[in-house]
Amino acid sequence: MSGTPIDRLARATPPSLARRVRGLSDRAIAWLFVGPSIVLLLAVNIFPLIWTINLSFTNFKANRLRDVEYIGLRNYQRILTDSGTWESMQATAHFLFWTIFFQVLIGFALAYLINKKFKGNNLWTTIIVLPMMLSPAVVGNFWTFLYQPQIGLFNYVVEFFSGVDASSFSMIGSTHLAPWAIVIVDTWMWTPFVMLICLAGLRSIPDSIYEAAECDRASKWRQFWTLTVPMVLPFLMLAVLFRGIENFKMFDLVVQLTGGGPGSLTTLTSIDLKREAFEKWRTGYASAYAVILFVTVFGLASIYVKALNKVKER
Amino acid sequence: MKVSKLLMATALTAVTTAGATTASADELTLCWAAWDPANALVELSKDFESQSGIKMNFEFVPWPNFADRMLNELNSGGKLCDLLIGDSQWIGGAAENGNYVKLNDFFAQEGISMDDFIPATVTGYAEWPKGTPNYWALPAYADVVGWTYRKDWFERPELQTEFKEKYGYDLGIPSSLEHLKDIAEFFQGREIDGNTVYGAAIYTERGSEGITMGVTNALYNYGFEYQNPNKPYDLEGYVNSPGAVAGLEFYKELYDVGAPPGSSNWYMSEDIDAYKSGQVALQMNFAFIWPGVNADPNVGGDHTGYFANPPGPAGQFAQLGGQGISVVANTDNMEGALAYIKWFAQGDVQARWTDMGGASAMRSVVEAPGFADAQPFNQAFLDSMAIVKDFWAEPSYASLLLPMQGRVHEYVIAGQGTAQEALDGLVQDWIEVFEDEGLR
Amino acid sequence: MSGFSVTEPSNRQKWIAAVLVILYALITIAPLLWIIATGFKSPEDAIAYPPKVLFEPSLEGYVNLFTTRTRITEGMQQTLPPPATWYQQIARDSGTMIAGPSRYGQRFLNSVVIGFGSTFLSIFFGTLAAYAFSRFRVPIKDDLLFFILSTRMMPPIAVAIPIFLMFRQLGLNDTQLGMILLYTAVNLSLAVWLLKGFIDEIPLEYEEAALIDGYTRFQAFYKVVLPQAATGIASTAIFCLIFAWNEYAFAVLLTSGTAQTAPPFIPTIIGVGGQDWPAVAAGATLFLIPVMIFTILLRKHLLRGITFGAVRK
Repeated sequence: MSGTPIDRLARATPPSLARRVRGLSDRAIAWLFVGPSIVLLLAVNIFPLIWTINLSFTNFKANRLRDVEYIGLRNYQRILTDSGTWESMQATAHFLFWTIFFQVLIGFALAYLINKKFKGNNLWTTIIVLPMMLSPAVVGNFWTFLYQPQIGLFNYVVEFFSGVDASSFSMIGSTHLAPWAIVIVDTWMWTPFVMLICLAGLRSIPDSIYEAAECDRASKWRQFWTLTVPMVLPFLMLAVLFRGIENFKMFDLVVQLTGGGPGSLTTLTSIDLKREAFEKWRTGYASAYAVILFVTVFGLASIYVKALNKVKER
Repeated sequence: MKVSKLLMATALTAVTTAGATTASADELTLCWAAWDPANALVELSKDFESQSGIKMNFEFVPWPNFADRMLNELNSGGKLCDLLIGDSQWIGGAAENGNYVKLNDFFAQEGISMDDFIPATVTGYAEWPKGTPNYWALPAYADVVGWTYRKDWFERPELQTEFKEKYGYDLGIPSSLEHLKDIAEFFQGREIDGNTVYGAAIYTERGSEGITMGVTNALYNYGFEYQNPNKPYDLEGYVNSPGAVAGLEFYKELYDVGAPPGSSNWYMSEDIDAYKSGQVALQMNFAFIWPGVNADPNVGGDHTGYFANPPGPAGQFAQLGGQGISVVANTDNMEGALAYIKWFAQGDVQARWTDMGGASAMRSVVEAPGFADAQPFNQAFLDSMAIVKDFWAEPSYASLLLPMQGRVHEYVIAGQGTAQEALDGLVQDWIEVFEDEGLR
Repeated sequence: MSGFSVTEPSNRQKWIAAVLVILYALITIAPLLWIIATGFKSPEDAIAYPPKVLFEPSLEGYVNLFTTRTRITEGMQQTLPPPATWYQQIARDSGTMIAGPSRYGQRFLNSVVIGFGSTFLSIFFGTLAAYAFSRFRVPIKDDLLFFILSTRMMPPIAVAIPIFLMFRQLGLNDTQLGMILLYTAVNLSLAVWLLKGFIDEIPLEYEEAALIDGYTRFQAFYKVVLPQAATGIASTAIFCLIFAWNEYAFAVLLTSGTAQTAPPFIPTIIGVGGQDWPAVAAGATLFLIPVMIFTILLRKHLLRGITFGAVRK
């Protein structure tokens, strides 16, 4: 006797309804099955999106009881000419570039090493994967503790290996170090993600290709660059796509780590947007900001996906 | 298929428990910041519970999240809080947006007079618009930024001699901000009893309101004004006056020469920790911490002295802290909430409030003979309360605070640009806010 | 080809690879071990300089996590009864007395209810939609699928603005129901994409055989396809659960007291004066461990889950 929820649901359904359900055409079943999901997504995603676009042309403030006026493109104009917006875009770009850079580098290297299939590699892979499944807010909060001068583990380890006095630098307080402090934690968390995808790519390469190359007396170095890298590239690009979208949205980890400081150096766009929307309560302005961000991420992702498809076709 | 059974079961629980948590009529929830005075209020409120039969619930939120959480709660029309001890700067917004209940009629009916409270606290915690007799709160907790110093270190003869030689005057309670900086510099990096200590723990926090609450103590005293006293919302030349620039430069210098390294994101609790662990000679903090410092086994008693924010070239002011208690308009238990305020406004409850670790703003309590000497910090508290100034309490307060946090932190902590540029930028930011509000 | 393969790495290579990977694994696990260890330190040991690797274990962090305490003043000392339980004793030793339970239990329970509730709903609707997408000719199928995926590209803060207004209108702010619905919608895209992949892999022949035996489509779906997809459904469910469990941005904006989940709560745990790191670490440990266990259970399907089924391995 099977006890799936659907099964029980079916048994609990009144016979008349069940008969009707049973007699449904494929097409009706298709809509019946897809319908609820579409409705829910429309209600929680599309309707709000349209609402956001509408609000973006107004001066609405969600905490104020006053008449809402349509002010045309003024919000957009102000956002795009505001130096703060560009500073947060720059901070985001720095964060995006370097996290992806390090994660691809380390992730690929790790995957390459794990693919040597040494004894116990599964166990160590699982351990390496752990950080990325954990709550970024909770982990980010704890990293502020690890980063504390004097008492923090991170500073102490740095002192141990480099001799730099642990209390002489503050990872999240210094203007030079803070942008790197967030890169380090994100890299720590998400390198395994790139690693897993690369590993899948490496494992998808059939042994026969290497055997053929060996017969052609291609050097290992040459095999690596002409076989391994091109075969893994589509996987790697996919990993970059995912990390790119995720880190463009980045909020929880960085907010907990630095709160956007010092100054505005680590104020990523999401943090900036949160301040506009839920601290200043400039709802109209923030809506326009949200639309701009959405168009940016959607546009960049579409271009990127096209490039990815080209690589795949090759 | 155990998993799906489990899922089914929890989904059912979820549906049944959702929405089942509405408070009953004989309960009240009071929201405040999570800090020592809040614990004292829980103790104090037991008296109200036994008198009224109303059960008190408390929701205390840590300071760095307090404004965020509570303003979000008010703006979302939430029903979490019946009573809110909200920060002084929220009052304009909460009043104009209908989040708080106006208390004038209630005060009149119950014979509660605002004349019974320290005038600065009535203006700061209860009135909106400022300077008019429209009351949205009862002054609940009087607080102000002041300083604690390590009296035991200051009294060491060898340090006194060395200080005198170096600066030409006696080491003691600083008579000006300039002297305070000298003292901080003097202690910075010094070996005391085998530990390296630093000058002054000051407010530098970025995320909420920390650095603003700190830097204003320097700005006010060097000549910063929020606006033209004769023409509201006229900022140019007041916010960025030469005096204001000098004040901001002073704060940066104090940070550079006298603050512990790495103290780039410090607010109340970090300052307390640094002071209590014997890392610093001076500590800027709200007066609420003083009872705790006085009772501390390591730095309490004779080890510590207290003084009001020292004057600068343009006068002597101190940043107002503290809160009034308001009734949230959304409450389901208006009667109970008002009963609580009535109970809280009684003279003997207020006296007990101060005894238990609160800080009454009632004149009969603080002007009582013997109050000034009852605790070693009371005189400094009275001196400080006499010179308070507050940040904007406009409805757009958060929009005004955020650029200030950013501009000041960028200059003082990150060292980018000049003080003039920071304040010029701030003027532009604020003008924009006021233009949005239609006030300019 | 006896015993020699050109693709099999040499022993030396394996050794080097093993040493490097294990080294990285140890570095990467260190912060997690540090969280767990800090939970068992006394507050003094937690902020000791230099950091203490060896310490005397203490349950003070856990006691502080689950209780609220007040400082014992001199006047109170005489009147207090002796501590009755071991946890009261621990609090007393640090100069405080327990005033009541903390909010941690309630926040944790919220996480459980919202996590499981939303997971159940997104799996329920997701399975139906995935089956339809996999087996039927749905008009504009590719567009719909892409639409479902694209909803995941929006920064949560951007989505939160209208959701906040909508919830305020409907009175769903700070309710478990609101959070369940929201997380369900967010998780649906993942559920549909993953489950479609799993169902695609079930050979059509099984269903065809069932249909020939006189089953209706509906019966074929729940008697044949669902059992076959059980592993897929289970691992998809765990992914949905982990997302809801870890989510922070919506939770911090849309909940304040009643329905607040653990992630926005844990960073705000403070003790009497200052952040109480052992208590934070204790709270984090209890919160992170379920996910660590899930991750180990999910090993095989991990990649699929995190790439929306794009990489199946």
